[in-house]
Amino acid sequence: MLNSESPRIESVNDFVIRFANVNGTGSASANNMFAKAVFRMGIPVSPKNIFPSNIQGLPTWYEVRVSEKGYLGSRGGVDVMVAVNPQSFKQDVECLEPGGYFIYDNTKPLDLRYHRDGINYIGIPLTEICRREYSDPKQRQLFKNVIYVGALSALLELEFDVLKELIGEQFRGKEKLVAPNIHALELGYQYASENFKCPIGVRLKRSDKTGNAILMEGNDALALGCVYGGATVAAWYPITPSTSVVDSFEKYANRLRIDPGTGDKKFAIAQAEDELAAMGMVVGASWNGARAFTATSGPGVSLMSEFLGLAYFAEVPVVLVDVQRAGPSTGMPTRTQQSDLFAAAYASHGDTKHVLLLPSTPRECFEMGAESFELAEMLQTPVIILTDLDLGMNDNMCEPLEWDDSKEYNRGKVFSEEQLENMTQRYGRYLDVDKDGICYRTYPGTHPTKGAFFTRGTSRDEYAIYTEDGDVYVENMERLLRKFETAKQYVPAPELIPAAENTRDGILFYGTSAAATKEALDQLAADGVHIDAMRIKAFPFSKAVEDFIAQHDRVFVVEQNRDGQLRKMLIIECDIDPKKLLLVRHYNGMPITARTIRKQIHALRGGATVTPIRRKTG
Amino acid sequence: MSYIKPNFRHPQQPVNDLGLTRREYEGSLSTLCAGCGHDSVSSAIVQACFELAVPPHRVAKVSGIGCSSKTPTYFLGKSHGFNSVHGRMPSVTTGANLANRELVYIGVSGDGDTASIGLGQFGHVTRRNLNMLYIVENNGCYGLTKGQDSATADVGSAGKAGKPNPYGPIDLCTLALQMGATFVARSFSGDKEQLVPLIKAAISHQGFAFIDVISPCVTFNNTPTSTKGYEFVRDHMEATGKVDFVPVRREITADYAPGFSQEITLHDGSVVHLYKEGGVNTTDKDQAVRLIQEYKAKGQILTGLLYVEPDSPDFHEIQGTIKKPLRDLAATDLCPGSRALDAINASMR
Repeated sequence: MLNSESPRIESVNDFVIRFANVNGTGSASANNMFAKAVFRMGIPVSPKNIFPSNIQGLPTWYEVRVSEKGYLGSRGGVDVMVAVNPQSFKQDVECLEPGGYFIYDNTKPLDLRYHRDGINYIGIPLTEICRREYSDPKQRQLFKNVIYVGALSALLELEFDVLKELIGEQFRGKEKLVAPNIHALELGYQYASENFKCPIGVRLKRSDKTGNAILMEGNDALALGCVYGGATVAAWYPITPSTSVVDSFEKYANRLRIDPGTGDKKFAIAQAEDELAAMGMVVGASWNGARAFTATSGPGVSLMSEFLGLAYFAEVPVVLVDVQRAGPSTGMPTRTQQSDLFAAAYASHGDTKHVLLLPSTPRECFEMGAESFELAEMLQTPVIILTDLDLGMNDNMCEPLEWDDSKEYNRGKVFSEEQLENMTQRYGRYLDVDKDGICYRTYPGTHPTKGAFFTRGTSRDEYAIYTEDGDVYVENMERLLRKFETAKQYVPAPELIPAAENTRDGILFYGTSAAATKEALDQLAADGVHIDAMRIKAFPFSKAVEDFIAQHDRVFVVEQNRDGQLRKMLIIECDIDPKKLLLVRHYNGMPITARTIRKQIHALRGGATVTPIRRKTG
Repeated sequence: MSYIKPNFRHPQQPVNDLGLTRREYEGSLSTLCAGCGHDSVSSAIVQACFELAVPPHRVAKVSGIGCSSKTPTYFLGKSHGFNSVHGRMPSVTTGANLANRELVYIGVSGDGDTASIGLGQFGHVTRRNLNMLYIVENNGCYGLTKGQDSATADVGSAGKAGKPNPYGPIDLCTLALQMGATFVARSFSGDKEQLVPLIKAAISHQGFAFIDVISPCVTFNNTPTSTKGYEFVRDHMEATGKVDFVPVRREITADYAPGFSQEITLHDGSVVHLYKEGGVNTTDKDQAVRLIQEYKAKGQILTGLLYVEPDSPDFHEIQGTIKKPLRDLAATDLCPGSRALDAINASMR
């Protein structure tokens, strides 16, 4: 019943569709197919999985933003709701934009409580169709998802052939399943086209805006980066939302790292007893010359802090992937945030600082994943990659991954057996020979009589001999600072995005705030507000960041945490007047939106009111 | 502690199969208290490695925190060592071993390090059957913090502070057996004749070898009222039998006393001969657990080799890791290259 009197959102290739499902019912693959089909029609998409910390039975959502213009951040609001879960009908109706479409299972009549003026109801008897077509209860549940995708094909003009092609790929090797799935698609398509005027106001049209892009999860790309970066040891303890990093590492390593002759593995994975042990294993493996990493989330970082301090002080390379979720404590384990900056940058007691990498896209996850091992070994210190649930666990559209085959691994300063053999002076593990704060390592077992040293978390002299001499201690701590200074030239440089017009305003952002910030900047430019932008990719902050702040009268800092952690780090590390840095924040666990950023910037600039995004309805 | 290391050595010191003297296996001067049991354990490790003719630089020494964990500085000075954090020696050793399966790993820990803060890691390194020697220098107290009872202190045992310990002890050998250790022994720092062959056998064992060495703390827990003092242990120690270790190369010409009652061939072909007095069958885990308790009930400490399972897959064999050390793999082994990436990109569209 598409009420003719209701206003209807009219939009081509620019809308948000949300699927409301029950978790554990197989909806994920159908929803995924929908997003991928839109992507294959050449239209940029940004799917986001909004799931509970639960195995089965609770509400779960999958939202796809379709954007011809390529805006991939969360937009806010929903234009089309596919409501398959009666548990969440109330909020699913409420979150629709005026003129939006509520597609639901009308096998049972819709409770009047869920009736709202100004939206369009589209009832499809999903349960009834399944009952009629399938006898197996499991099939009834699974095919219900495929049927609504079929219906959307008619309602939104999603190309049916693309869906068929995806089904064929999904069930390659299990061809028996292809025909029943296509049949289910047809059931939905047929019902929708026979009962409604198709397309509805919101629809798709083949485009060419995806180019060579790929659609990939950040965790998957990061894991692949670890494979390419030469990681041989992965030690970990399962925790949402980082688990798929090591799962993917295992998947790719099993495909790409098996000795063809013997079938032996050129990698090892240890599922540790806890995060402490996981980090201990990484420290041990790295100390012994392997490239090793672990992946975790906030609670794991807390547990790993002691070892991070040891690795910092004893100068052992470490790669840690922190896929951030909402804290503190257990917080919201399946929601996103950027709230581990402090915990990561200054992890452990005493004076410590760690190198942070802040990727924004899966492509950067891949690149920084590989690069992190180079940095960790060059600098002989922990390198922490801070991503988050939004980037890690959602398919994100980005440029394809690239690898330069001429690239060789840089293992940093390590003395070989020959170098030790030819050495005439005494070897000192912590002798700053090159005056850059970085000393020469040796791997255990290298030379029969030279190069052995004792690695310790206690204070020691340049020859790694225990000492409580205060001057020697201070000298060593100052050298570690020098090393951190050296790190600035090796970490990824920030990305500068100048405004179209001259401005005294600047904005700094990082990680998954990138897409929404860039969209907000376009909107602000349309409002007549021009802001120079810089995306920070690493800590320590390079001189370019300090210069950018110095060149502007005020600088907005966009963050997905409560306390403005990056802002405070900038104030402390770069000695900035706090008044100069204005915090734009969002931290409710859902990805930040351009609307939020635009609104807060207008407010911080002095109060222009923001009207909601203008939508054409008719 | 002494602070002068004598330079004079006998000109005709015996050499091992590598042509090295025992001195090549020594470390720095100990800074522990004079008479500390731990120094005897260090000395036994030196002796065992010397006799086994292990190339010193092919050993990695790892420890946690505490008096015991300081000792890797005092043996094998030509080996790399890692004094890590409290209770975490097992995880560091696990990582190190994953990186290079060819080195000999000696982990030294204490009763605080293993039975309290590191109990979890101890359990898990055991069940993974990591190829290493794990020695606990067990003195029933926290020496560095002035003698508090540890989790292995017996009920009623009282150290220097004089207060009897009210809590039941954790028996590390029993735990190790239950968690799947494939080599379990108990010894006494004051019994080098027993300890040296046990260490040699443990190093030769392929898999996780655990030795709990009662090693008295002369400063805080060597009182007549302590069950971890020299006097008590000497008076109450019962051995499973005399242990003799026959390295693989010497098997034919070995000069060992006849009359052994059990012969165990280890993974590398070396042999352990057990001259038993108490009728212990070292391949019977249940019996080992039972005997530990029976002796304890009699107020005695059962020492010697308690259990060994010579042919069990270690962590690498369970995983199916390549024989070559992972850390020696080159970029050509590790990096799949751009062509493989093209295929992956294509699958993401």
